[in-house]
Amino acid sequence: MTPLTDIGLLAERYDLVVVGAGPAGLSAAARAAELGLSVLLVDENPAPGGQIYRAITTTPVKDRAILGEDYWRGADIVGRFERAKASYAAGCTVWALGSDEAQPELFELGLSLGGKARMIAASQVILATGAQERPFPIPGWTLPGVMTAGAAQIALKGSGIVPAGRTVIAGCGPLLYLLASQLAAAGAEIVAVLDTTPKRNWSKALAAFPEFLRSPYLAKGLKLMAQTRRKLRFVSGVTGLAAKGEGALASATVERGGASETIACDTLLLHQGVIPGINLSSAAGCEHLFDSEQHCWVPRLDSWFASSVPGIAIAGDGAGIGGAESAALRGEVAAFDAARRLGRLTRDERDRQAAPIRAGLERTLRGRRFLDLLYKPALQFLAPKDETIVCRCEEVTAGQIRDTARRLGVTGPNQMKAFLRCGMGPCQGRLCGPTVVELISEVRGTSPAETGYYRLRPPVKPVTLAELAALPQTDGSVKAVVR
Amino acid sequence: MSIGRASADVIVIGGGIHGCSTALHCALRGLSVILIEKDHAGRHASGVNAGGVRQLARHVAEIPLSNASMAIWHHIEELVDDDCGFTSDGQVMVAENEADLANCRARVDDLNLRGFHHEELIDAKELREIVPAVSDDCPGGVISRGDGAAIPLRATQAFKLKAQSVGVDVREGVRVTRVERDGTNWRVVTDAGDFLSPRIVNAAGAWGDRIAADLDEPVPLEAVAPMLSITAPLPAFIKPVVILRGRKLSFKQFGNGTVLIGGGYLGRAIRDENRTILDWAKLGSNMKTVWDLFPIMRGASIVRSWAGIEGKTADDLPVFGRSAKHEGVYYQFGFSLHGFQLGPGAGAVMAEIIATGRSNVPIDGLGIERFAPAH
Repeated sequence: MTPLTDIGLLAERYDLVVVGAGPAGLSAAARAAELGLSVLLVDENPAPGGQIYRAITTTPVKDRAILGEDYWRGADIVGRFERAKASYAAGCTVWALGSDEAQPELFELGLSLGGKARMIAASQVILATGAQERPFPIPGWTLPGVMTAGAAQIALKGSGIVPAGRTVIAGCGPLLYLLASQLAAAGAEIVAVLDTTPKRNWSKALAAFPEFLRSPYLAKGLKLMAQTRRKLRFVSGVTGLAAKGEGALASATVERGGASETIACDTLLLHQGVIPGINLSSAAGCEHLFDSEQHCWVPRLDSWFASSVPGIAIAGDGAGIGGAESAALRGEVAAFDAARRLGRLTRDERDRQAAPIRAGLERTLRGRRFLDLLYKPALQFLAPKDETIVCRCEEVTAGQIRDTARRLGVTGPNQMKAFLRCGMGPCQGRLCGPTVVELISEVRGTSPAETGYYRLRPPVKPVTLAELAALPQTDGSVKAVVR
Repeated sequence: MSIGRASADVIVIGGGIHGCSTALHCALRGLSVILIEKDHAGRHASGVNAGGVRQLARHVAEIPLSNASMAIWHHIEELVDDDCGFTSDGQVMVAENEADLANCRARVDDLNLRGFHHEELIDAKELREIVPAVSDDCPGGVISRGDGAAIPLRATQAFKLKAQSVGVDVREGVRVTRVERDGTNWRVVTDAGDFLSPRIVNAAGAWGDRIAADLDEPVPLEAVAPMLSITAPLPAFIKPVVILRGRKLSFKQFGNGTVLIGGGYLGRAIRDENRTILDWAKLGSNMKTVWDLFPIMRGASIVRSWAGIEGKTADDLPVFGRSAKHEGVYYQFGFSLHGFQLGPGAGAVMAEIIATGRSNVPIDGLGIERFAPAH
């Protein structure tokens, strides 16, 4: 692996550019390089690992029991990539991906590294940009002291920081237990774990239980749950949640059935599962579908993770939530297909070489459906009460969105943007998009699939005016139409 | 399909600000109207443009329409029950050098001779007072004090909603495939059935040439994709909209601090797919102009760039008025990147022409006959 620390060192063109250095991206890049492709792996973080193996090479948390053996498995994935003949640009942001005007067989990527922007070309692109946390809008979630569980995990992995003071963790999903156990092991003062999993999900999920019994996650999951429940105060069946405080978080108000309880706390960590991050793939023109079981938008992909745009594949959790182990395997599968598309492998060679990996992939995904059904968030946490802020960038409430949908007959999130500016801030709708769709669907009685999603515009990540101004410019006319 | 009428006094094709405005003004004159839009109102140029409401620097042929429109913009809420986000802090055309300034002076003198006084020459001192952040090298410019900006999709939807409230039958998601004569009527063939009317208005924007061609009045129209970008919020530093005399730039800061950067750099429009592709090298030139002119902007973050699909004619002027060939056919398209401000007034004038056969607002030079092959 060759680290590239200056954007000028990047080649004009690569066979394959992989975006994201989590397990999917690292494995895709390693496999593609092993197959002889010229590969560039770009990642916005300073070190490889993605979210799940964040800071695996640099973390100050050296006690392996805190982050768990699953975390340390990432070291092997990074090790393999480090031995591969690939280039690696850390701290590098991809802000645009589209077809190249001059050479339609190539993609054009807009990159920024060290305050400088540049356009480069790629024959094939694998997006391994992973998942993001599903927004969890509750009254008061914008108060200082309230953060996402994922953000707390970043602080722990990257810097060994645990939340200050009395901490409440709330939400649902397998990661909730993992984080609770990691933070408790690292010394956080966890006063309560609030489980918002709707009780009736169990009956729906039970149909998928037999398959879950064969899942590699089962034993680990049960152990984690048992530990968490034994060591921490665990409150299940939470039906309502609000963060309270003047200027900063002071307490969490918890509703459970008809009863209400106030828990004094200094930190409230929210988490209700992860969903694919679709901003880059959407902006690149890839088609997306609404997956009703995972209750999120996912790219439309074939069995090699190829998107609807020929030449762009999407691996890892960005392809639909599958977890770290499946992510690494998906990356490899996508890399095999990239080699086939470039003519480096025949179809038969690709199929033969990828067969064991595909079999492994199937194993790792076993039982996933049970988790999806069980941890589908309750409606009141997807489409929150009117007073709840939904778009944090522009401070738009659920009530405003409902009212606009009702009164002005707004049919989709793109029209909603024009009226309320929701989704127009720097986060590009990452934190409000799913909720806005949910609220419009609720008012109009449509499904999220019918309501649609934001049309996403590049730059997918903000880029400075200075960087764009310094791009090489074409000779095209810069003159105003003279009147 | 929703229940609605299949015939009306007027059928408007196209739900941009022009189509919606014409539909509204026709209905206000007592005509029954069906408006047919293939996507949703304001989906394209009308909804995603820079929102500039500008009399400044218009071609003289457009000035009467522009003036009529501006009178409406200043009382827009009275017409459509929504202020459309309209603010009026003027628009300034900046001269970057003495040659630019000389051109500005000649332009203002010419307008004054023609009896138009909305553009005024300003010197370096006044320019600095109005636009303190502009680069020190600029020797002056022209201001149109009544100009401003509005929120494009909101404005277009406001016209649509008001039109509906006075009885216009708005059919969104219905695509016109053909227009043909049917006795004394025009038959508008769509993917949701046929519609009949003695009068049709072609306000189909970047798709308007197709309907015109159907009617044997071809117009050379290019579907283009003018690019715009917006920054993250910055401290307030500029009130009026700024354009340049020499280079392409339009520049506006909103009340929330975000800055909109445009100027007419074109990406690629794929009109059959409702899709545009950005050209980053040209956006780079766009940003370089800002870099030169507004040093304060150099560290700003660009959070979004986009392009709408717009119809541009060969002479950059719209096609406006009656058909040169057919009774009952009216044209209102091809506004060539500067149609948003004209929408309210053009709709009023078009409705007047349809209802009364004439208008006092001169529209010479905008007719479709200018594109007819020479005999």
